[in-house]
Amino acid sequence: MSKGKQNPAEATSPGMGFERPIREIEVQLEELENLSLRTNLDISGEVEALRRRLAGAIEETYADLSAWERVNVARHQGRPVASDYIEHMLDEFIELHGDKVYGDDPAMVTGLATMEGRRFMLLGHRKGKTVSERLACNFGCAHPEGYRKALRKMQLAQHLRLPIVALINTPGAYPGIGAEERGQAAAIAENILAMFQLTVPVVVVVIGEGGSGGALGIGVGDRVLMLEHAYYSVISPEGCAAILWKDGERTPDAAEALRLTAGDLSKLKVVDEIVREPQGGAHRAPTMAIAQVKQALLRHLDELAALGGEELRRVRRQRYRQVASILGRFPESP
Amino acid sequence: MSGMEQAKDEMNSPGPEAGVTMTGAATDAATGTATDTVPPLASDDEQQTTDSTDLSTADEEQSADDSPQRSRLRWKKKDMPGGLWLKCESCAQTIYRKELEEKGFVCPSCDFHFTLPGAERIAMLLDEGSWEEHYAELTALDRLEFTDEVPYADKIERTVGRTGQNEALLCGTGLVEGRPLVLAVLDFKFMGGSMGEVVGEKISLAADLARCKKLPLVLVTSSGGARMHEGVLSLMQMAKTCSALAEFRDAGGFSICLMSNPTTGGVTASFASVCDLTLAEPGALIGFAGPRVIATTLKQELPPGFQRAEFLVEKGQVDRIVRRVDLRQELASMLDYDPQRRGVAD
Ligand SMILES: [Zn+2]
Repeated sequence: MSKGKQNPAEATSPGMGFERPIREIEVQLEELENLSLRTNLDISGEVEALRRRLAGAIEETYADLSAWERVNVARHQGRPVASDYIEHMLDEFIELHGDKVYGDDPAMVTGLATMEGRRFMLLGHRKGKTVSERLACNFGCAHPEGYRKALRKMQLAQHLRLPIVALINTPGAYPGIGAEERGQAAAIAENILAMFQLTVPVVVVVIGEGGSGGALGIGVGDRVLMLEHAYYSVISPEGCAAILWKDGERTPDAAEALRLTAGDLSKLKVVDEIVREPQGGAHRAPTMAIAQVKQALLRHLDELAALGGEELRRVRRQRYRQVASILGRFPESP
Repeated sequence: MSGMEQAKDEMNSPGPEAGVTMTGAATDAATGTATDTVPPLASDDEQQTTDSTDLSTADEEQSADDSPQRSRLRWKKKDMPGGLWLKCESCAQTIYRKELEEKGFVCPSCDFHFTLPGAERIAMLLDEGSWEEHYAELTALDRLEFTDEVPYADKIERTVGRTGQNEALLCGTGLVEGRPLVLAVLDFKFMGGSMGEVVGEKISLAADLARCKKLPLVLVTSSGGARMHEGVLSLMQMAKTCSALAEFRDAGGFSICLMSNPTTGGVTASFASVCDLTLAEPGALIGFAGPRVIATTLKQELPPGFQRAEFLVEKGQVDRIVRRVDLRQELASMLDYDPQRRGVAD
C-alpha cells in the first residue's frame, strides 16, 4: 500500500470494506466537482444526481449495519476523538495533567471545561489523531496512572461541586508489565467505587470504543449515552472469537453474539440514550456528530443540576444494582 | 489519497490492530475464560489446550475422571500414575496425593497453594457446622441467548450437573474461631469462577447481608474474570458489586478479600480490589491481564515471579500474604479490629 497509487475508492480505515459502494460514488462526485471548478461547464444537474445517488447509497448501507461493521465504524480513524470534542464542543478547556503520584498518562485527558455557560470536569480516553499522537497515547489504552489521574480530577470535581462528563473511547486498559506492577486492576476498581461515592452529577458518553473494564474505569454515571455506531463490550470481538470459537475468522459472529451495539445496550438498559450520528457515521461529518453530542449533554446536565447530591448518589447506586439485577432487592435487601 | 496520507494511513493501521490485541489481551483475562489462568497441575500440553479453551470445557474433559477431587485439581492422568502422584506446577516436584490433601492442597516442597474447590475452602475456613448457605437457588441466566460452538444454556446445565452447584459463587454465614461473618467464595471449577449476573448479584447480596446483620464480609476469590457469555451484562457486574460495597463501606462495614490462585480480569478490577484488606495466598497469580496475553502483546519475556503474590507484595499491591495453615487464626485476629465488633462504629 505504501508503494504505488491506492485506489481512491479503497476503504479509508481498516475494516471499512462495506463502504466501497459509497466510496466509489464519493470519488466520482469529487472528480465531478473538481471538473466544474476547473472548467466553466455547467454540470450541476449531474452533480445533483450523483449527490442523490450518494445519499441513497449511504442510507442503504447504514440502514442495516452488522455488529461487526459497527465495531469498525467505531474504530474508524476519521471518527471524532476526545480532542475534537474539546476543540469543537467546549468554550473553554483548561487541561490538568498527572495523577500527582507517578506520572501523566497521555491516554487519559482531564481538565476544567465550560460549555454554553455550564462548567464541568471533563475526563476522556485519548486516542490521538496523528501517527505520533496515536503511539504516544498507546491507541487509547490507559495505564494505572491514567485511571488515577481521572480519580484525582473526580475528587477535585467533587470538591469544587462540578459535574463530570466522561468521554469513553478505548480498546481496553493497557496490558503490560508496568501496568500490572502499578496495580491496573486496583486502579480501575477504585475508580468504579469512587464514582459511587460522588455527589456531583456524572454523564458518560461512549463516543467510539467501549472496551471492557478500561471503559468502565471512567464509566459509572447517572446517565450513560452512546453514539449510534459506538460499541461497548466485555471483550473485543477478536478476543471472544479466539477464545470461544478458537477461530479469528468468526470475529463477526462473536460481535453479533456479544450484543455490543447501542441498540442492544439500550434494550438491556445499560445505556439511557442513543445519540444519533449523521447519515453515514460520525466520520463522514464530525462536527455534526459533535453538535449532536453537545445538545444531548446540555440537556442531561441541566436535568441533573436540578437534583440534590445525596439523591443523585442514591439513585446512581440503585441504577447499577438494577442493571442486570436478578432480584432487584436493593436497598432493603436481604 | 496523497502520498502523505497513504503513509499516514499505513502507519495508522497498527492503531486499531494494536488496540484489538490489547483488548483481546486485557479482556482475555477479563472474560473469565482464562487463557492465562492456567490452573495448577496442568502439564504443558494441557496448558496448550486450556490456552484457547473455555475452562468449563477443559473442566469437562478433565472430569471424565470420576473422582471429584481429581477433576477439581485438574491434573492429567499421565502425571499421576495410579492417581496417587501428581506434579506441582510451581516447583515440578512429584507429590503424593494423600500428602497434598493432608496439607490442605499446599505443595509440601515449595509451599505453592493450589486452587481450592469452594466446598473445601468453606470447610477449611469456618468452624465446623457453622456454615449456613444463602441464595444457593440462584442459577445463571442466559439473557443474551449466547451461542458459540455450544449454547451457553447447555453449558450452564452441564456445569450445574457436574459440579452439583447452581453457580460459581457460594455465599452464606458462618463462624471463624467463634466470630460471625458473611462469607462469599468463588469456585474456580464452575466456569473458571467467572462473574456473570448471578455471581455479581450474590456478591452484592452478600454485602447487603453483612450490612443488615452488621457483620464483617470476607470474600475468597479464584476467577478468570468476567463471563463473556453474558456480554456487557457481565461487565456491569463490576459496577454492581462496587455499588453494593460502597453502601457497605458507608455503613461502617469491614471487608476482607483473600485472593487465591488465580484471580484476574474483571474480578480483580472490581470488588476484589476495593475491600478494606487485600490478602493473598502464597504463589497466587493475581492481575488484570493474564501473563500470556501480556507476553504476546509485548513480545517479550516476563520477569520471574511476575504477577505472583510475593511479587505483588513487593510492588505494594497486596497488604499481606497469608498461608493456608495460618488463615483461620489470622482472620480471627483481623476480625477483632472490625469497628462493629468493637462497638465503635458510627
Ligand atoms: Zn511445589
